[in-house]
Amino acid sequence: MAQEYKLILKHADEPGYTPDIECYLRHGGYDALKKALVIPPKDLADGKKLSGAEQIREDVKVSGLRGRGGAGFSCGLKWSFVDRKSGKPIYLICNADESEPGTFKDRQIMHKDPHQLIEGMIISCFANDVKLAYIYIRGEMPEGAKILNRAIKEAHAKNFLGKNILGTGYDLEIYVHRGAGAYICGEETGLIESLEGKRPYPRIKPPYFPAILGLWMCPTIVNNVETLCNVKHIVAMGGAAFAKLGTPNNTGTRIVSLSGHVKKPGYYEIETGKATIGELINDPKFGGGLRDGRKLKAVIPGGSSAKVFKAGEKFKLKKKDAEGKEILVETDMLDLPYDFDSLAAAGSMSGSSAIIVMDDSTDIVEALANLSEFYAHESCGQCTPCREGALWMSKTLHRLTHGEGRAADADYLVKIADNIPGGRTICAFGEACSWPVQSFVAKFKDEFVAKGAADEARRAMENSETAEPKQLASAHH
Amino acid sequence: MSFQATPKLEAEVNELISHYPVKRAASLMVLHAIQEQFGWISSEAVQWTAKKLELQPINVFEILTFYPMLRQQPMGKYQIKVCRTLSCALGGAYELHKHFCDKLGLDAHKHGAQTTKDGKFTVEFVECLASCGTAPVMMVGDKFYEGVSHAKADEIVGGCK
Repeated sequence: MAQEYKLILKHADEPGYTPDIECYLRHGGYDALKKALVIPPKDLADGKKLSGAEQIREDVKVSGLRGRGGAGFSCGLKWSFVDRKSGKPIYLICNADESEPGTFKDRQIMHKDPHQLIEGMIISCFANDVKLAYIYIRGEMPEGAKILNRAIKEAHAKNFLGKNILGTGYDLEIYVHRGAGAYICGEETGLIESLEGKRPYPRIKPPYFPAILGLWMCPTIVNNVETLCNVKHIVAMGGAAFAKLGTPNNTGTRIVSLSGHVKKPGYYEIETGKATIGELINDPKFGGGLRDGRKLKAVIPGGSSAKVFKAGEKFKLKKKDAEGKEILVETDMLDLPYDFDSLAAAGSMSGSSAIIVMDDSTDIVEALANLSEFYAHESCGQCTPCREGALWMSKTLHRLTHGEGRAADADYLVKIADNIPGGRTICAFGEACSWPVQSFVAKFKDEFVAKGAADEARRAMENSETAEPKQLASAHH
Repeated sequence: MSFQATPKLEAEVNELISHYPVKRAASLMVLHAIQEQFGWISSEAVQWTAKKLELQPINVFEILTFYPMLRQQPMGKYQIKVCRTLSCALGGAYELHKHFCDKLGLDAHKHGAQTTKDGKFTVEFVECLASCGTAPVMMVGDKFYEGVSHAKADEIVGGCK
């Protein structure tokens, strides 16, 4: 049976747990940092020495930790790309611009357990020789920014931050930087531009890989809030022990944000892949099922950009049989393990681990119109296919939901969506705005066509009605 | 004159600038600080910020015009921001937005932020506020409200003196 497994949110919702440093220290806070700072150098077989920082980086690789922001990229690998020979300072930015519709996990961490993030950041900075780091928090979280600033001040007072941290000679400053309402700042190169005080226009890769040419053209690490918290636990328990949590290649836990038409929306931390989508929606420990008398219609499994699943949809997933031979197993959408790889194999993604549930009361065309309006609003406008395409899709869906649709709009939408992504834009927003349109229309095409056709029929009727009195009038003369 | 930097603002801005090795990086935070004190960012404030950060005014202005949270004109004393994105929409965000508009004599179908004639309230839709599990959600100024029923909405408006 699927269970909650609280690693990151272990204390956050305990009665009496407060965001101040004294409470955090009472719960073993900053022990992992104290451990990390004094890891002795390790002798390697070839006579080389591995510093404490290098050992942490190795351990993060061993842990299998994948980014919790959306892309699911290996954290250890990301760190290994950092240019350490350039002689330039290395920066670390915590991406706290939580804006993917459906996602509300980082909010819980920052509001309820800010020191866990700060500790994870200090360790990650130490491991990567970072002396200056920023938390880029979205503008709509002013309370979160205040809590983090207070936490940073408290950590300073205890010398977990600042000069000569705990007498080790290591210096680090962390500052909070607030966004101002733009989703594109969650894209790491857009975020960097924004932090530099410019419009958050994403940078083209190559050459602007943050690990090489990031903040102020220096090597830069950008990690999500939850990812950085995980680093603390990797140091505390060891990378190998962390890798035992979850499932192979999908290690650790994930905080799943569950919203929409379920009885108990909320955030649930699970071992990655140890609960299925169906369990997350229906199990009383999680979503508790749909509202009474309602049937499931659709599920967006990984934040609004993820391709939608239709109720009853089946996928052929590769599995190993008893003899270790690879076989294809037909799997219902609800039986997909909630992890990175299964959802990718089913043609979608776990993204920022946000599940949006829609029951049979949902007008699917309205739902897509809602999302498309979001993307039209949030496109930064830098690349023509995305700026224009996102707006065209939104306008088309607007007319479909306001009685002005056409039966051919379904195909028209897909045609636009197909012409935005695939290397035509600088960043992945092109994909993000197209995937919902492509998947919604592909899987619910009859509803889009029916809506447009009904509008056309109604308009034809209205035209013939207005034409009739004219004929009568002329007959009288 | 719609903008006069106070000693408090000067001190706050100097502190903000010290957080970055490059002054320009402070611009978004400086604009936040100005808006917090004055409610909006006038062209005089843009000029002042540019001078302070050793930039051209256009460098500041292009930020001001990009970010939805930054205001180029005075807004209502109480700014009601209702989340409109999918999970909140499934939870009744459009009905909530209409409720505010009807109550305050505004047009729910009009695009963008609307302010009441007395300048007391501004109502607008915003995109996902990242609390989808407690839909519908909204903010009034910096204050955040979850699971807002129409009765709760009336209470919130009633509490704005």
